[in-house]
Amino acid sequence: MQWCFSQVKGAIDDDVAEADIISTVEFNHTGELLATGDKGGRVVIFQQETENKNPPQFRSEYNVYSTFQSHEPEFDYLKSLEIEEKINKIRWLPQKNAAQFLLSTNDKTIKLWKISERDRRPEGYNLKEEDGRYKDPNSLTSLRVPVLIPMDLMVEASPRRVFANAHTYHINSISVNSDNETYLSADDLRVNLWHLEITDRSFKFHPHQCNTFVYSSSKGTIRLCDMRASALCDKHSKLFEEPEDPSNRSFFSEIISSISDVKFSHNGRYMMTRDYLSVKIWDLNMENRPVETYQVHEYLRSKLCSLYENDCIFDKFECCWNGDDSVVMTGSYNNFFRMFERGHRRDVTLEASRENSKPLQVLKPRKVCAGGKRKKDEISVDSLDFNKKILHTAWHPQDNIIAVATTNNLYIFQDKVI
Amino acid sequence: MFPKGTKRKFSDGEEAPSEAPGPTARALSSAYSLQRQSLLDMSLIKLQLCHMLVEPNLCRSVLIANTVRQIQEEMTQDGTWQIMTQALAQAQCPSDRLVASEVLCRQDPAAQSPKPVPSALEQSFSEEVVMEEDSPAAPSPQLGGAPYLGPFSSSWDEDEEAEEEEDSEESVSEPEEEPRTEQVFGTFEIKQPPPDPALEELFSDVDPSYYDLDTVLMQSPKMGPYDLLESLSHSPALSSSTSCRSDLNELDHIMEIIVGS
Repeated sequence: MQWCFSQVKGAIDDDVAEADIISTVEFNHTGELLATGDKGGRVVIFQQETENKNPPQFRSEYNVYSTFQSHEPEFDYLKSLEIEEKINKIRWLPQKNAAQFLLSTNDKTIKLWKISERDRRPEGYNLKEEDGRYKDPNSLTSLRVPVLIPMDLMVEASPRRVFANAHTYHINSISVNSDNETYLSADDLRVNLWHLEITDRSFKFHPHQCNTFVYSSSKGTIRLCDMRASALCDKHSKLFEEPEDPSNRSFFSEIISSISDVKFSHNGRYMMTRDYLSVKIWDLNMENRPVETYQVHEYLRSKLCSLYENDCIFDKFECCWNGDDSVVMTGSYNNFFRMFERGHRRDVTLEASRENSKPLQVLKPRKVCAGGKRKKDEISVDSLDFNKKILHTAWHPQDNIIAVATTNNLYIFQDKVI
Repeated sequence: MFPKGTKRKFSDGEEAPSEAPGPTARALSSAYSLQRQSLLDMSLIKLQLCHMLVEPNLCRSVLIANTVRQIQEEMTQDGTWQIMTQALAQAQCPSDRLVASEVLCRQDPAAQSPKPVPSALEQSFSEEVVMEEDSPAAPSPQLGGAPYLGPFSSSWDEDEEAEEEEDSEESVSEPEEEPRTEQVFGTFEIKQPPPDPALEELFSDVDPSYYDLDTVLMQSPKMGPYDLLESLSHSPALSSSTSCRSDLNELDHIMEIIVGS
């Protein structure tokens, strides 16, 4: 696979406005829409417009479809603290009708948004003038039926539900159930199950239709729960844990084994977990060890003390699957991101940067020199910029199009079709 | 990004315990304990800052606290924890302590049992100075008390670390130092720190469960960020303020020796 640059969104200057920091990226189920959330509480949705869908010119462009303010900063008077408006997660609901629905959450409140298009408007009201003033009913001499006339496309986002006050700690993830009626939200300590229609209560664990979900812990274990098994899901049905390698033991072992992201594969047979240094693929039927482990940036293992000092060791990287579960991707530092081809045991390191952003420019693989003599084009570990981190990545559900978020820019890359 | 001048990364020190004893191994293991100490200091500062926030990030606080616990366990196993808690018990001036480190000390039952401490502060610091001249690596547990002034002088920490690492390279007689420490402390009388009105006032609205590390994490103090640090650093109208000043003079003296200026 050869990846080439497609687009970049966001401000060009290096002076990053705090509010512009991208905090989440998510494709919808068809890949037609790409949503991003930022620290300022805004959601920006891009829509794919395919020109020349036939090869060799296949090139899809994502353009802004809708922008809205999802969350505002709030002040909790009881606790005397300000609740950040930063969007932690966006999840799309599968499309049921013409409108699109998504869930967006900040630290405390989850909102369900309806995004609908309007490209017609009614004209010819009997009781209203064109400018909205009301006509005197007595002045009417005839009646007519208002007609819908075309207008410029307007995309509206309206909040349909607000789910609040159920989390003591910060919400770190939400996940929509396949039944499309319920979803889960999780903070550092608790998982809540919500029904999309009921906003004032969340059932802590509720027996429901066949559904399994996973939650991962800060100690590196993953629990798979089947909600059919019991009403109060205290017992997990499966516990995934890899025994620790004693030769690698350090004071940082627990922190680096802490899982920052879990994703089921599209086919439902595997799940992928991301901890600080690696990506692991688990077969859902085998709990004692992962089936595959990929080192993302093993050269950082000897730098853990410094990374602890500057807090980088707490960075939470996400990971994602491609459409057919053959490749997994995750981010790293210095605006690098890594892809692992499972079957072929190949991996590549690529960079999202303005220097490589000419249209259709092929991305050159990068290499980090862990020690010893640095070859040309390699970058040494000490030269890595730890402020440039790619935490959020997303892969189009079907095509080889990826969205990679640097601090305040969104890069879209696509596979070069020769 | 990486501090210049640090000579060793933590992973180097970790290999030490498995090596066969020899002069190199002894030097390495003192480097290891220095690095472990600095990791502990760093973690306590982080916890302190976490604790300052009205709503701390739970995951982060838990991970840092667990790291501190691991260090505490290891230090308890090799005896350094007891030495450090003794040193902290010596320091009577509140500006010598961070709340978090005091919390850890009180939590440890071993630290509660009356350990011999010097009766006069001047004496304690001069002892430290003496020991420092004799065997640079030894007072690292006591000097570990000094970094607890950390937040007001973080650059001091880095200097000190760099200096301590240099010193430890020259150190030769590592195994003798710890018993000597015990001997020194064995001759002193027990002295409890006088009740400190400022500290009492500070904690008057906090219940004793505050001293449990877990509770420390869960609670949100009513004071805002940095209030706690400031109140510790300024220590208004203390009865022992004069001895504080002399402590600080002594510490300056120690610093001069370390920095060699």
